[in-house]
Amino acid sequence: MSSFDLSVITQNIPWLWAGMQLTILLTLLAVAGGIIVGVILALCRLSPWWALSAAAKLYVNLFRSIPLVLAVFWFYFLVPIVTGHPVGPFYSVLIAFVFFEGAYFAEIVRSGIQGVRRGQLSAALSTGLSHVQALRYVVMPQAIRNMYPVLVTRSIIIFQDTSLAFVVGLTDFLTSANIVANREGRPVEIYCFVAVVYFLLCYAAEAGLNLSKRRVAR
Amino acid sequence: MIKIDGVCKWYGSHQVLTECSASIARGEVVVVCGPSGSGKSTLIKCINGLESFQRGDIVVDQESIKSPKTKIYKLRSRVGMVFQSFELYPHLTCIENITLAPQKVLKRSRDESIDRAKTLLKQVGLSAHGAKYPSQLSGGQQQRVAIARSLAMDPLVMLFDEPTSALDPEMINEVLDVMVDLARSGMTMVVVTHEMGFAQRVGTRVLFMDAGVIVEDRACSEFFDRPESDRARAFLSSIVRR
Repeated sequence: MSSFDLSVITQNIPWLWAGMQLTILLTLLAVAGGIIVGVILALCRLSPWWALSAAAKLYVNLFRSIPLVLAVFWFYFLVPIVTGHPVGPFYSVLIAFVFFEGAYFAEIVRSGIQGVRRGQLSAALSTGLSHVQALRYVVMPQAIRNMYPVLVTRSIIIFQDTSLAFVVGLTDFLTSANIVANREGRPVEIYCFVAVVYFLLCYAAEAGLNLSKRRVAR
Repeated sequence: MIKIDGVCKWYGSHQVLTECSASIARGEVVVVCGPSGSGKSTLIKCINGLESFQRGDIVVDQESIKSPKTKIYKLRSRVGMVFQSFELYPHLTCIENITLAPQKVLKRSRDESIDRAKTLLKQVGLSAHGAKYPSQLSGGQQQRVAIARSLAMDPLVMLFDEPTSALDPEMINEVLDVMVDLARSGMTMVVVTHEMGFAQRVGTRVLFMDAGVIVEDRACSEFFDRPESDRARAFLSSIVRR
């Protein structure tokens, strides 16, 4: 019992992998959905229509002022009321993540677009490009370049935050590790392994980001 | 070619252009000068509709900017503009900067656009730099690429908004030389600048502006020899002293 026993990890890999699959699935769907909601919110915020802009601003500030765990609980109880039938913990957590992270992505997208010098749009329009063409060929490529490092960083945070899924009874990577640790009575090995896995994945994502940033830096 | 007729513009309650009128004929090189904040840049940005104005009208090549029938994008494609801060697209190479609008607006083929871009780069003395990105070039080189980018649309008229103000002194002449060549080739040009040497070399007329008003509209030689207004005299002496 006192020695560090790695076999407890290798024996439980299938369990832990099942948890990791849920973590990855939840992260990917949350990031994709969050970006879609974020782009819509950002366009509303930047729209010249006052009411739309104010509504988007209220939404963003509201969600950025509450803890994620509250949003998870909130949607867990709210969604069945709205839809009229239970949707299960996975979908309620996913919806909570998408709406919550959408607020953060909205700010990233908005600052990315606003970070492009106003003169770039003027220059593009002055050559006869239409507004849509100017956005597509001149403004957006630069905006995406501005915002993608922050998008990746935010996605890494989401990856870590998906461990909150346990509060509604989902078995993500951390939760599955928790179960294994209790069952086997070897928390030290298991939690060390979990830390190493989280570290390696997040560090690899950061390293990849830095590498690609250097390549496009001009 | 261009007729500016009683243009007035307000930002809120602050009037930035007051009853501005002038007409510019084909082949003329009109220099717009005046103290900063006098409305020069605003006025030339009205000519291609980058700035709106509340009263008056501007007619470019028989098309009124204000008329609902005018397609502003079409009109802009025939009016080139060069900006103080170059505004090359940083994510595109020089060739791509120059070929973007010809391909997307004029629907020219890629090959045709590239050939034309190479010719223009040669004209501005930058043949060797087509594949480079703007950040790899000096300010003077960037501005020359920006001029080539505007010329690629075969514009009827070129607008220059303080094209040398953001440049280091040693780079000003390489840009002015390109502009002088362009003027001598017969291009119609409206140039906001403080480079009085340029005005004296190729300028045909001067519009002197102060506080949103065109104070003097006269032939270049007359303006420099015998400015009529006190304001123009004060402005000229301040420029010479610099």
